Amino acid sequence: MKCDHCDNLATVHLIEIKGGKKIEKHLCEEHAIKEGVAVKVQSAPINDLLEKFVLKHSGPEATDEPLLCPSCDTTYDQFRKNGVLGCPDCYSTFAEPLKHLLERAHEGASKHFGKVPQRAGIDEIRQQRLIRLRRDLEDAVTQEQYERAAQIRDELEEAEID
Amino acid sequence: MSLGDLPKHAGTWLSGEGPQGDVVLSSRVRLARNIAGFPFLSTATESQRNELLSLAQKRILDANLAQDMLWIDLADSPKLDRQLLVERHLISRQHCHSDGPRGVAVSADESLAIMVNEEDHLRLQILRSGMQLEDAYKQADQDDDKLERHVDYAYTSQLGYLTACPTNIGTGIRVSVMLHLPGLKLTGEIEKLKNAAKDMHLAIRGFYGEGSDAVGDLFQVSNQTTLGKTEKQLLDDFQDTIIPQMIEYEIKSRNALLEHRPTVLDDKIFRALGALSNARLLGKEETLYLLSYVRLGVSLKRIDDIPMHTLNELYLLTQPAHLQKIAGERLSGPQRRELRANFVRQHLKV
Ligand SMILES: [Zn+2]
Ligand SMILES: [Zn+2]
Repeated sequence: MKCDHCDNLATVHLIEIKGGKKIEKHLCEEHAIKEGVAVKVQSAPINDLLEKFVLKHSGPEATDEPLLCPSCDTTYDQFRKNGVLGCPDCYSTFAEPLKHLLERAHEGASKHFGKVPQRAGIDEIRQQRLIRLRRDLEDAVTQEQYERAAQIRDELEEAEID
Repeated sequence: MSLGDLPKHAGTWLSGEGPQGDVVLSSRVRLARNIAGFPFLSTATESQRNELLSLAQKRILDANLAQDMLWIDLADSPKLDRQLLVERHLISRQHCHSDGPRGVAVSADESLAIMVNEEDHLRLQILRSGMQLEDAYKQADQDDDKLERHVDYAYTSQLGYLTACPTNIGTGIRVSVMLHLPGLKLTGEIEKLKNAAKDMHLAIRGFYGEGSDAVGDLFQVSNQTTLGKTEKQLLDDFQDTIIPQMIEYEIKSRNALLEHRPTVLDDKIFRALGALSNARLLGKEETLYLLSYVRLGVSLKRIDDIPMHTLNELYLLTQPAHLQKIAGERLSGPQRRELRANFVRQHLKV
């Protein structure tokens, strides 16, 4: 059966009662997500599985002191919900709770044994600094602090130079 | 090269001429990479996404990865074009349907595609016909090296390449092989294979990445573990053990069918051929279902006048966006079914 909105296969089927009227809906994954319907998926697609996997293995829910990434303001709870992290720095912020998840996802591994970039990248402190400067820049612009924004732009330019 | 040239033929990766082409349709290697100094896309602002997009576009073109690279700005592309790219396995469904600044770079022969601003900043993919994983990885590795001369990747020695989802961290590699397994399906052995795959931490999906109900008996086998193993270990596992075993299993099933149920087998094959050669209306999934038996018939030499690449091509060209591109206009469901049937009849005529 086709999705009500496009040609993709409808995998989400639901019946809604609105004003005493029964409305049937048949949607593909994308449109189900777009419509924001929290629904049962008949044949779970892989993204869904991964998210469930993340939820299942991401440890206990955060307690009163929520873990917050200082570089991108993502909380651990947000990660549990979305299944994706906010920035590379989240890996060190959430290192402790992520440890279990990584081991479950990667057959017990916790260390990389693969390709090393030829340039070995830029060091982690500089990566972190760039991400934070970029966030501060966005904040300054939204708050219309243009002088501060210009100053951050200069700092950013300097930090980017090899 | 433009998008308009694509819909008439399948990419070279579907030529059906690759090694072990009667069971293995294609090999694919995908690398997930993020640019250092930027947040992942879930927290990137609109302006950061724009910055990433133009940066990536520029660096990809600078890196000179292929003679003729086509850059497609997806936010600017009509839906039909984006669907065409999904059908050709050049972008993911997520990339097609999502919003915001995003794009894809595609080489003229479609063997290389780099999605920009999907789940990760960059997702580089190499596609090859038949069983050519090693070759695909070599190419991906080289292109990755070339790109890396122009961008710094988010990387730590402890965790490797940092990705938005922790399930891709480390090598960031996803190795996938597309298998045609009608024998295992007919003998009912496919469930065993699926269970075995699960135990080996492998994912099995359909032709278009859908759930476990693969249409047309096409199954995509890929790794899930990306941390703690080198790329070579992973490739060797696929190349020396996993895929050869699956191929052997499929061949055994086909031979068992030939030996014990030849009439039932021929009936399925020639009914499917009859339907495809004579139908006046064909549904999308019905076509994939029928093509599977004809493909099996060609592979087992029960049918000898249809080349394999014609069938592989039909898998792709009978998809809705392709049909509409070939027709040059939007078509309704019934119109598509009619055109699909005509198109298949023409192609199967010898
Ligand atoms: Zn839809
Ligand atoms: Zn973060």
